[in-house]
Amino acid sequence: MYRTKFADHLVLIIGALFLIVPVIVAFMTSMHTAAEIHRTGLTLMPGDHFAETYTKVLTQQGGFTGQITGARMVLNSLILGLGFATGKIILSMLAAYAIVYFRFRFATLAFWIIFTTLLLPLEVRIMPSYEVMTKLHLTNTYTGLIVPLLASATGTFYFRQFFKSVPEELLEAARIDGAGPIKFFIDILVPLSKTMIAAIFIIMFVYGWNQYLWPMLMTTDESFFTLMRGIKQILQVWVGSQIPDYNEAFALAVLAILPPVLIVVVFQSWFIKGLTESDK
Amino acid sequence: MKRVQFNSPYLPYLFLAPQLLVIFVFFYWPSMQAIQSSFYIEDPFGFGSTFVGFSNYSDSLFNPEYYLIAKFTGIFTALVTFFSLAIGLLLAVKADAVIRGSATYKTLLISVYAIAPPVAGLIGMMFFDQHIGPFVKLAAVFGWNMQVGINYFDTAFAMVVVSVWKQIPYNFIFFLSGLQGVPVSVREAAYIDCRSGIRRFWTVIMPLLAPTAFFLLIINVTYALFDTFGVIDVMVKDKAANNPITLVYKVYMDGFRGNDIGGSSAQSVILMIVVFAITIIQFRFIERRVHYT
Repeated sequence: MYRTKFADHLVLIIGALFLIVPVIVAFMTSMHTAAEIHRTGLTLMPGDHFAETYTKVLTQQGGFTGQITGARMVLNSLILGLGFATGKIILSMLAAYAIVYFRFRFATLAFWIIFTTLLLPLEVRIMPSYEVMTKLHLTNTYTGLIVPLLASATGTFYFRQFFKSVPEELLEAARIDGAGPIKFFIDILVPLSKTMIAAIFIIMFVYGWNQYLWPMLMTTDESFFTLMRGIKQILQVWVGSQIPDYNEAFALAVLAILPPVLIVVVFQSWFIKGLTESDK
Repeated sequence: MKRVQFNSPYLPYLFLAPQLLVIFVFFYWPSMQAIQSSFYIEDPFGFGSTFVGFSNYSDSLFNPEYYLIAKFTGIFTALVTFFSLAIGLLLAVKADAVIRGSATYKTLLISVYAIAPPVAGLIGMMFFDQHIGPFVKLAAVFGWNMQVGINYFDTAFAMVVVSVWKQIPYNFIFFLSGLQGVPVSVREAAYIDCRSGIRRFWTVIMPLLAPTAFFLLIINVTYALFDTFGVIDVMVKDKAANNPITLVYKVYMDGFRGNDIGGSSAQSVILMIVVFAITIIQFRFIERRVHYT
């Protein structure tokens, strides 16, 4: 009934190019030397310094920051992403379970205490958060990097919506068979939520991996630097240098882009499901 | 809430405890701290602080610089929200219409979603770079001497482009899944009644998409206000001198670069109030016009 027109494809192709080409250019350009880039500008042609630049970025001490290698930054970003996603799922699943499946006195109050956090992102309260972290002596620790980011209700909100859509009959049946709250949670609800858990894990991993402001404030010790922090650093080193290390900056950007983009593309269907189911 | 629920004197509190603990320590405590220190001026050498009432607020609010930044933040938010929503919607409508290659388009269009704002900012910086940036060369062809990082307007332009670029995939995903939720019977009925595709879209499809669009509006405003921090930080590189910055960036600059804890806290509180107000306005006035199916 609807004939696909040439114009539709044209719009889509232009849109896809607009989104993708900058990333491809970043990757291709990272394979050239800094002097080449300085002379000829950005390029879509692959260069022949791929191994050289990436080995340097990943392994050499003092590439940009003096003490830390790119591999270490990748590791720190992984710790942040995985730790954040795991913590988020455990905390928010438990909280959502309590809110949806239990009758208790302060249920409404607990709900509002948790969901108020959705209104105020971390960026608004960075200064006082930083002071609290100094008081607790948590700067330059993985705990300080991960745990404060967990103080938001997004995960709880997703799981609450999901639990509400689980049929009531399941709980009734489980109760008739004599299952207690813990047995019901472990044997029925967790297996039912598998896809949802996977989807939220992906979303949260990407969120954790991409954190910028918080790691920037929390880590002054270079051994805790994440890739995002490294990108900040490389830009500061630039000021005053003759020919900036464009190639290394691009290589670092590619390293920072690759894991989350791969995960999102590979687990597309889960990820889209997890994202879009939560807005109902 | 469920009709059937468990009754237990301590289990729900046990399950809630970890989440509540984290929220109290890392959300409510800092927020209270912000409100408290917004009424004090801290000694720069750390020898205590003096209560100053509302003067931190009035210093911020009646400062012409603050007014300029607020104005820029408003314009920036409006532009980023509008363009990322419009382009996301356009691409979603087209991706929904084509059959051949739709999976490929979808994969290509969402892949950029996972790129962090500072990385987007870094790539943007390169494209707008004085020496190597193709956009600068392109602008030069039209006689536009683009100087991102030096010229106020040019930097703002680059910031908007990069912020929109990064947010399109997100809006695309939601609009596409909203469009695919429109029943085929509704589309066919509309097709029989009306020949004009554009009119069909605005009178039939768009009202059905309204809940999605409303949700995205809130998300995009929040994105433009807060999540663009990384883009801005990378682009102005701590030198706000003649560059446009948003209110959130000023909170950061005053607090961490200027060591003005009281002023920074007061601005934090002002932002908190603004965010609250935006949320309430959106729920009261816009949601009323949205019809949920």
